Amino acid sequence: MPALRLLNVTKRFGAIKALDDVTFEVKDREYLCVLGSTGSGKTTLLRSIAGILHPDDGDVYLDGEKVTEISAEERNAVYVPQTYALFPHMTILENVVFGPLAKNTSRGIAEETAGRMLKLVRLDKRADAYPNELSGGMQQRVALARGLASGAKLLLLDEPLGALDGRLRLELRTKLRKLAKESNLTVIHVTHDQEEAMTIGDRILVLRKGKLQQLGTPYHVYNRPEKIFVANFVGNTTFLEAIVKTRSKEGSTLRLREGLTVRVRDSSFETDEAVILSIREENTSIMPEPKGDEPNRLSGEVTAVHFLGSFIRYVVMLTNGDVIAARVPIKEVNTEINKGDWVSISFDPMNTHIYEYPTLGLQGELEAN
Amino acid sequence: MAIRLFESVMATLDKLSSRPKVKKVVYAFAVSFLISVILLPPVLGISFKLGLAEQVLSNPELVNRSEAAIFWSFIIALSVASLDLIAGLPLAWIISAGGSRWISILDALADIPFVIPTVALGFSTLLFWGKTGPVSVLGVIVPPGLLLVLLLHFAFSFPVIVRVMVGELMAHNTIYETAAKTLGARAFPIARTVTLPLLRPGLIAAFLLAFARSLSETGATVIVAGLFENGPVFIKNAKDAGLEGPMVLVSFTLIISSVAVFALIRLLGTRLKIPIKNVYPVPEAGLSSNRSVNIRNGVTLLVFGLFVLIPSIYITFPAIGALTDGTLQKAISGLGVWSSFWQSMTLSYVIAVIVTLINIVMGLPIAILIARKKLGKLATTLIDAVVNVPIVVPSVALGVSLGFFWRSFSFLPEFWILVFAHMTITYTYFVQAMAAAIEGIPEEMEETARTLGGRPFRVFRKIILPLTKYSFLSGSILVFTRSVDETGAATAVSQTLKTAPVLLVSWVKHQVIVTDSDIALGIAFLVLTSFASLLVLRLIVYRGKK
Repeated sequence: MPALRLLNVTKRFGAIKALDDVTFEVKDREYLCVLGSTGSGKTTLLRSIAGILHPDDGDVYLDGEKVTEISAEERNAVYVPQTYALFPHMTILENVVFGPLAKNTSRGIAEETAGRMLKLVRLDKRADAYPNELSGGMQQRVALARGLASGAKLLLLDEPLGALDGRLRLELRTKLRKLAKESNLTVIHVTHDQEEAMTIGDRILVLRKGKLQQLGTPYHVYNRPEKIFVANFVGNTTFLEAIVKTRSKEGSTLRLREGLTVRVRDSSFETDEAVILSIREENTSIMPEPKGDEPNRLSGEVTAVHFLGSFIRYVVMLTNGDVIAARVPIKEVNTEINKGDWVSISFDPMNTHIYEYPTLGLQGELEAN
Repeated sequence: MAIRLFESVMATLDKLSSRPKVKKVVYAFAVSFLISVILLPPVLGISFKLGLAEQVLSNPELVNRSEAAIFWSFIIALSVASLDLIAGLPLAWIISAGGSRWISILDALADIPFVIPTVALGFSTLLFWGKTGPVSVLGVIVPPGLLLVLLLHFAFSFPVIVRVMVGELMAHNTIYETAAKTLGARAFPIARTVTLPLLRPGLIAAFLLAFARSLSETGATVIVAGLFENGPVFIKNAKDAGLEGPMVLVSFTLIISSVAVFALIRLLGTRLKIPIKNVYPVPEAGLSSNRSVNIRNGVTLLVFGLFVLIPSIYITFPAIGALTDGTLQKAISGLGVWSSFWQSMTLSYVIAVIVTLINIVMGLPIAILIARKKLGKLATTLIDAVVNVPIVVPSVALGVSLGFFWRSFSFLPEFWILVFAHMTITYTYFVQAMAAAIEGIPEEMEETARTLGGRPFRVFRKIILPLTKYSFLSGSILVFTRSVDETGAATAVSQTLKTAPVLLVSWVKHQVIVTDSDIALGIAFLVLTSFASLLVLRLIVYRGKK
């Protein structure tokens, strides 16, 4: 039985649909990352699951039971906002016993549970401190201990690493997942950071304008993005407008602007159909000498070179005016390529995707809001 | 046993609060109270008697007097609020900069005219500027009349401006000033072009509060007015003379016009532009110099001392005299006029306790409704506007209307009519203090507490209440002190029962044969008991939290 199930959930704020007919399931003890940009409906989704907001349409099920009309305090789904919402007038221990006491547990048992949870997050020695005396990382651990002590089985984390600095974020990612797994929790973790979602999530759910775009494992979402938006949001991708020239069992040949041609593995589109070709930047190779335009080997001028530490990113303008980017691991860079150089760009037909041409145009499809 | 009973009651309330129906009933009850006790009585009371006002229209002399009184009410309020803003803003600047013990003392001193009952302020001002006052040595005597009313209103509205602006300046993020400084601007142009425009909402709020305080004040104004009449003094005189028609006319006009003027100032205030386009490098550099700052601070402190602080506390001298000239013994023995004084004091405090408790219980749900906008934007704005009516409308005019309304229920004893009148007058203070405090608590804290299993009432008492305890306390204190201090509405409503301030006004106006020592000591008792009750309240809260 899934721990959580949303069925056609819609939530409106005036004329805005913050959630639009969202349906999905989360398995027991699964760690699901919800990925989306600001305003995509991520927080509304969490708050609707927590019972803080009530959907206008659709239903929420927890452990098979319909909880749409049940109030937040009776759902056993703890919401942890980005700020952690630790009660500033209470000590760490008092914060953690709040949940058990609210659920009528005797003070002795509540304190014992809280002690165990604080030990689990290695903060038992700071039980008498106040939240403002702790670092951001410690506060996050208290928020988790507080959720665990309340007996919740479902933890709803809203950008839990958002308030932390870069290095700590990286460090806590894996710890957060480990703790959740050790405590047998089902977690829904909202983030706008694709790398974070890929690192922690058993599965990733991508949201855009309140609509579910794709739900799958990080590998699946990255390598088989079902929509242009997902391909753009997860990873670094070049998109080119094209027309299907020929198609066969082995794949299709696409015509780019000015007659340039490329071969792709996908053959699901009809001849003469307008499509969008997407190529991951890391799946694109760059060579210092132009060899002339031929299928999947296109020449162009380097318009920008970005040093990214372990990668170098080259932006190349093709002879037809299209722009394509290549991301090359620094150890594979043998020859220095500079802005203004003419180069050859190539890619494997197996590592490309094509999509139906969107009704709102490519730019309209790429916009997050 | 008692603890167990308390815990079981709390647990039951916790459970009940989870039921949507119970929540709806609580909110509906509080809104009904707001409409039926705070909004409708002032509106209906005066409407019942509008016929009486028509009779006045045939009497040109009374019409002229009424018009002049209303005119002067607004002129005084506008002038005083403007002058207070000019004089109070630099003091607020000095206090908010902080940095020394002297500034903390100055901060406390600035509140004095706010915590002393206005009746005391009135009598103190009368003595300070009078024939035997300290400035008479310099040949300066201000007899009762318009100028003395202006001086009085300037003094008691002053702390309102200072208090609001100190709060605004302390909460203001100075990053903008730092940015302006690094861009090469000097202190004065920064204040004019960056700080003041950013503080505009606070400036408007401070101006409106000072304006309202001046427009509404009755007790002290009656003391220093002499033959001069503004709206409230006219109403008091009309009531004493038994002229119901003029009383209704002026009350009605004051209620309508004060609401209209407030709405207008609010509307125009948001459009008011502080001139920031031009910069005058040379003169403004001069104004930014240390010398200019020292001169400005000196003048600010002089104005504060001479026109606000000393006139407010001057009453201490005759009060000290009363301790040694036998008045104290007379007062303690409760003989003669002192018998009615102690009765009035008891009445004032009993009313204040009842009013504070009812306003807390009835005001809390409304404060939550406003802070959390639970009924939507439009309804919240409407409720907020209704809540503010009692502080916008002059209390004596409100009292006239409330008196008419509640007296129409012939079974209602005068005591309860007084309670209702005080309740209306003081309702705003607790609601606004709590609404602002609750608004300051992130909603997600409540939400998280709910998802941890906390039922609404438990979340309120364990999270919201402790985090808003100071506002809860200050809101309650404001209601309590405002009730003890209330003169205007109490004057308009009372028939046989007299609260302490009403009695003291009649003493000062020599409607009863008393000496200056009697008056000074009576006022000193009012001030001291007021302070003592505040102290007790603070101690109770402090110990409770320990």
